[in-house]
Amino acid sequence: MKCIKCRGQAIIELRRHNAAFCASDFLDFFRNQVREAIRKYRMLTPHEPVMVAVSGGKDSLALWDVLIDQGYDTTGLYLDLGIFEYSVESRARCEKFASARGVPLVISRVADEVGAPVPVIKQVTRRPPCSGCGLSKRYLINRVALEHGIPVVATGHNLDDEAATLFGSVMHWQTDALPRQSPALPSTHPRLVRRVKPLYRLSEHETAAFAFLRKIDYIVEECPFAKGATSISHKEMLNRMEEASPGAKHNFLFGFLEKGRPAFERTERVALNECARCGQVTSGTVCAFCKLADQVKRAV
Amino acid sequence: MTMVVLRNPRREVRVAGDRRVKDILRELDVIPETVLVIRGDELITTDQVVRDEETLELRPVMSGGGGLEAGRSGPRPDAAAALPR
Repeated sequence: MKCIKCRGQAIIELRRHNAAFCASDFLDFFRNQVREAIRKYRMLTPHEPVMVAVSGGKDSLALWDVLIDQGYDTTGLYLDLGIFEYSVESRARCEKFASARGVPLVISRVADEVGAPVPVIKQVTRRPPCSGCGLSKRYLINRVALEHGIPVVATGHNLDDEAATLFGSVMHWQTDALPRQSPALPSTHPRLVRRVKPLYRLSEHETAAFAFLRKIDYIVEECPFAKGATSISHKEMLNRMEEASPGAKHNFLFGFLEKGRPAFERTERVALNECARCGQVTSGTVCAFCKLADQVKRAV
Repeated sequence: MTMVVLRNPRREVRVAGDRRVKDILRELDVIPETVLVIRGDELITTDQVVRDEETLELRPVMSGGGGLEAGRSGPRPDAAAALPR
């Protein structure tokens, strides 16, 4: 298989683009896709600091690598979830990455903020571990960015992540979630930072290939609690569709963003308040994070 | 025989070599887009022929959990059991 750019030996085939690339041209393709995502949704501006939420996995470290390469003023944020050896290993990958590139990394421990690590939160709440984990991540990412005066957070969500989330929302017709799914979410309150997903145009196969080619030392092992997660089964279904029909995931997500999402955007806005306890944004009186922390503190 | 290294959990299987990667993936019931195919320190495409005595790593790309044990991104348990060791 030949690179469509230089006719050299290809190292990756992108069936949905009917293309194949050598290593050098693939890296250019990848960076151009990130550039296009940022341009199309006006995600970032050159002189504005951006916080990159990193997990030690391929997506977030690949994103951080590209943003540094493109000259953005980045600060990494690693949330230590306290998930046994997995968290120890993933934190070490983030620290190594930041140290090698001389960029700042902020570390926040969920156990310090909630009162217990994710495995204990799982036991206390008796909910799927991804539930308390996701809630804590969303809350802490926003709060830490605000505390550092950084107006925008970039996450490593890729095309597969976004298509799987959309699939789950459509399966349950979560019409309140559909308008919120976007590569770029604006700040709708002074205490909410913007959130952007510059990798939404790239599949996880592509982010993995980029990380490999850039020799990024990322954690290949998966979170022990993710096994059996609904999002994984949705990804598997979408991969079957993609195998039969290259471009299926791309068309599903991009079609939604262009045609479906506007139809679900509501004209009324949910009223946002500041939590009576912590001051972060909530649609109620006390935010879900404070309620979770209360529940954990009562049990631990 | 070609050695294939699988991850999550890490294990090794042997398959007939002198075939294209896509044929090996088909035998192992692996969808190409769910793995990086690594030979030595290089990525290779699925039309490449793998020789006997060479080693391939199939590195899962799925994030969020699962990996090769979680169904179509890797050999099903029954398929793996049927492979020659």
